[in-house]
Amino acid sequence: MADVVLNHISKTYNKGEVKAVTDVSFEVEKGELFGLIGPDGAGKTSIFRVLTTLLLPDAGSASVNGLDVVKDWKAIRKRVGYMPGKFSLYQDLTVEENLNFFATVFNTSVAENYDLIKDIYVQIEPFKDRRAGKLSGGMKQKLALCCALIHRPKVLFLDEPTTGVDTVSRKEFWEMLKRLKEQGITILVSTPYMDEATLCERIALIQDGKILSIDTPAQVVKQFPKNLYAIKSERMSQLLRDIRHLDYIDSCNSFGEYHHITFRDEDDYEIQKKLIADLNSKNHEYIEFKATPATIEDCFIKLLDQHE
Amino acid sequence: MRQFFAFVIKEFYHVFRDPKSMLMLFGMPIMLILLFGFALSNEIKNSKIVICDFAQDPASQRIIDKIEASKNFEIKKFLYDPRQIEQAFKEGNVKLVVVIPNHFNDDLLHLHKAQIQVIADASDPNTANTLTNYVTNIVMDYQQEITPFNDLPQKITTEIRMIYNPELKGTTNFVPGVMALVLLLVCVLMTSVSIVKEKEKGTMEVLLVSPMHPLMVVISKAVPYLFLSIVNLSVILLLSVFLLKMPINGSVGLLFFESSLLILTALSLGLLISNGAQSQQQAMLISLMGMLIPVLLFTGFMFPLENMPLPLQIIANVVPSKWYYIIVKSIMIKGLGLTAIWKETLILLGMTVFLLSVSINKFKIRLG
Repeated sequence: MADVVLNHISKTYNKGEVKAVTDVSFEVEKGELFGLIGPDGAGKTSIFRVLTTLLLPDAGSASVNGLDVVKDWKAIRKRVGYMPGKFSLYQDLTVEENLNFFATVFNTSVAENYDLIKDIYVQIEPFKDRRAGKLSGGMKQKLALCCALIHRPKVLFLDEPTTGVDTVSRKEFWEMLKRLKEQGITILVSTPYMDEATLCERIALIQDGKILSIDTPAQVVKQFPKNLYAIKSERMSQLLRDIRHLDYIDSCNSFGEYHHITFRDEDDYEIQKKLIADLNSKNHEYIEFKATPATIEDCFIKLLDQHE
Repeated sequence: MRQFFAFVIKEFYHVFRDPKSMLMLFGMPIMLILLFGFALSNEIKNSKIVICDFAQDPASQRIIDKIEASKNFEIKKFLYDPRQIEQAFKEGNVKLVVVIPNHFNDDLLHLHKAQIQVIADASDPNTANTLTNYVTNIVMDYQQEITPFNDLPQKITTEIRMIYNPELKGTTNFVPGVMALVLLLVCVLMTSVSIVKEKEKGTMEVLLVSPMHPLMVVISKAVPYLFLSIVNLSVILLLSVFLLKMPINGSVGLLFFESSLLILTALSLGLLISNGAQSQQQAMLISLMGMLIPVLLFTGFMFPLENMPLPLQIIANVVPSKWYYIIVKSIMIKGLGLTAIWKETLILLGMTVFLLSVSINKFKIRLG
């Protein structure tokens, strides 16, 4: 049986006025690194809270480690590690005091499971007498991860662990997750950053409380239905508006320093030439146009369009 | 158990590292006691008084001389018509009238018994109380002076009449009042704020997803505050005994027991507030508004409950500090034991059980 199972889970707030999660089902295998990818407000945190027994679902059932989230809440709380989206350690306690406190609360000691957190803890050890509130964003997340891991959980829930963390720390953080996965811990992680999706084994794309797609990142990208092109000129915002007005263009979205476009029907050399000609006639110069592989973000936007 | 101790230690870190909490816990009680202490300065000098000497004999003259010699009094005038007494009070700044009746010396010599009436303006009860004590002392002094020369003891009764505030609420009533105020405020405020703080900072979320039973979280939170409140209580008692010369006539152990009961009531109330409040400010506001005003109004140490309209008197019954106040006064001032206050103790116990069971019942093992 899968380690985390969601069966048609729905959750609403304010007596049904706000639909946070609608009919969500997915499974996370034992020892899998599973990503929940979606923008803010997509319902990621609600799913995490249902799974960590903090919220009761309005409909559907869910289990963690074979235990029902409603019935067996006590047992689940003993065997999962949870790191909320908001930094949730005691800011007025030092790094060491926080770690010791959580170790004790989880009926264990730092020494007992030191091997599990060693790789992470050595990085914050030089600051062990510093109050947690005075740590940098990346350090805080590492400490929070240590605290969530200290009791060697079977399943680890990380709600947006890399939000507000610098690029280098984010990279380090994901490397740590990979090492933890090798220890056999099932990890469910959420992130609004699409580029982090490829670091997961499988991902679920989520928007407005609904799952758009569940697959491996490679498969999600592969399912992108069209050829994708990147284009840029010296006037990018005007370029975006002009391209969107062309009737043979299916989609055009800003994507870093390029715009990503797909064609509506024909997709050949002729239509590409026509596009360049049309843009030239609108006084766009230095146009750069090339084919590009689709990313998770492209897929996400595509799925959103289809959904609407 | 190890979890519990780790939690309690953590809670102490929170308190000792937060100057605001420290100030609240220890600054406020000390400040209140000192404030009331200064307001209770017991020596009063040069109070203007009026003498009605109807006797005009050697004995009355001797007493008047003694009063005049005292630096506490300044005789403003002599009156010989009792109807003028009220007029003198109304004209202001006369605090006290000493009435020596006719045949004072004769009564003293022949009947071995005489009376003096002291009428005091008790609109300021502290002053009235102190001044009448001074007069009584002077009269006693005179009585001892004359006794050695006679075989039979001669007795002068000072009849004291308090006007304008016959109940004489004041002085000694403040310390029990402040105790009730401080314990209730500090405990309710500290527990509710500290639990809501965990909710606000998100740490409650992490604690809930842990093997520790949610109720254990709350109990471990209550214990440090119970302990700190008892420390607080000791400070208040030490200050009032040594600084304010307030006696503890009854059992100190009983006093601590009853106080612990009030602290428990307050902790349960704080827990109840924390169930509903979403932010620390909200918790603080509810605790302050919900506690300060009822405690000040309905405890009875600021405004006598007996003078209130009936509906307010009924409301006062649900304020725990009212009962605690009665208990503390009985123990500290009257020196009574548990047999005299078992009813109030039972009421307080009932309140605690009720509040505790409601708040435990309402306690959320989940978010939202």
